[in-house]
Amino acid sequence: MNLERHPGIRPRQSIWRRLDMAARRAFPACVICVVLLITASPLGLPGQVELQASAALCCVFFWSLFRPASMSPVAVFLIGLLTDLLGYAPPGVSVLTLLLAHGMALRWRRNLVRLGFLAVWVSFVAVAIGASALGWALTSLLTFRLLPPGEAMFQAALCAGLYPVLAVVLTRAHQTLAEPEHA
Amino acid sequence: MIRLSIPVRQALAKLTLPVLIAAAFGLMLLGKADTVLAERARMAVADALAPLYGVLAEPLANVHRAIDNTREMLTIYEDNTRLREENDRLRRWQSVALALDAENTTLKANLRWVPDPTPSYVTARVVADAGGVYARAVLLSTGPNHSIVKGQIALDDRGLVGRVTELGARSARVLLLTDMNSRIPVILEGSRARAMLSGTNGVRPRLMFWPEGVQPIEGERVVTSAEANAFPAGLPVGVVHYNASNVAEVEPLARLDRLEVVRLFDYGMRGVLPPESAIARSNSEKTMFGADKKK
Repeated sequence: MNLERHPGIRPRQSIWRRLDMAARRAFPACVICVVLLITASPLGLPGQVELQASAALCCVFFWSLFRPASMSPVAVFLIGLLTDLLGYAPPGVSVLTLLLAHGMALRWRRNLVRLGFLAVWVSFVAVAIGASALGWALTSLLTFRLLPPGEAMFQAALCAGLYPVLAVVLTRAHQTLAEPEHA
Repeated sequence: MIRLSIPVRQALAKLTLPVLIAAAFGLMLLGKADTVLAERARMAVADALAPLYGVLAEPLANVHRAIDNTREMLTIYEDNTRLREENDRLRRWQSVALALDAENTTLKANLRWVPDPTPSYVTARVVADAGGVYARAVLLSTGPNHSIVKGQIALDDRGLVGRVTELGARSARVLLLTDMNSRIPVILEGSRARAMLSGTNGVRPRLMFWPEGVQPIEGERVVTSAEANAFPAGLPVGVVHYNASNVAEVEPLARLDRLEVVRLFDYGMRGVLPPESAIARSNSEKTMFGADKKK
């Protein structure tokens, strides 16, 4: 726990405070699940299915990079499973792409966090292109047919465009709602 | 909880990701090997979520209606003129239709025509977009104790939507006619030529395998054919449209991008198995294409 590193006066560990901290830790994963469920309802937005996959990838990458304690591999696995089961895709494809994106974020973490937003965005675009291509290739392989690549390209482009917008919101959440120390 | 030493805990933490990645591969293989299990898991999730989506559906529909109303307010004058013209045109058609209907009734009476059985249907609300990036499907909330079976045909108020392919206790999944796996035997209404409507995941499915010597005409109506015993004959599907690269496509009559309520008809058609397993799917495609080639 991080508390040991900050000496000084702090509130007593009551049950409510613990619950609050647990809720704050679970916040990122829960919000992704809610976003997945909302984007699955018939909102009639253009490109809504791609939006669902892109939003999940953006959020998983962001939280893996900036708060890996709240985005464990198990949580990523479950988020991927929910994405697959909500859609008609062969199960496991989103699980694998999200886990790999998570792994990338963890690996690049130390360098990226220091470099600032632009570097994070550029590396995210690379991850998004890789994830979309992998998703396309795996779905093609598992359904035994060459799918048109247009949707994968659109998904990658949507990820790239969505990330800066989401990053603004998620950074605010990162500093306030999802911060266990604020409990 | 078991207390582990710090190096063991660190080693375990490092191992989680590779193990889970391996599990993802395992999941893919399992999903491919046992499609029934994958379908059951999907429908379990859908069943759990259907009531939640059902609650959300009402306010969502209100929001949609409000947006539509505002949009319609802006074009109210043009709409009015257009509708007046259309009304005049339809009035003429109505008199033609009434005359034909009367003629048809007398002819049928003379021929001792056996009428087609009226199909029973149930209505269900579309609660979720259940396709994902590489498929086109919708989820219906059906409520418990429904009488829906796989293979039933979904129509909205304008035309064919698709077929029920997966069934849960409280929900059902309808594969839309635009999905890549959808193959629908159709008839071009003008020439009575048979063809196959093949989904591409795009907005307009593609028209394929029409006989030589016939050319689909732009704007020609396309209806289902009873070939392969999968659909009853004559359900309205769409109109022919040639795209920019001169490929014959069909513009669906059903508003697939904004489905709210669909009717599920039971025509008792069990000619083609719904795609519940890879074998069933390839078999069904074989039957359909086989039937198409026979002509």
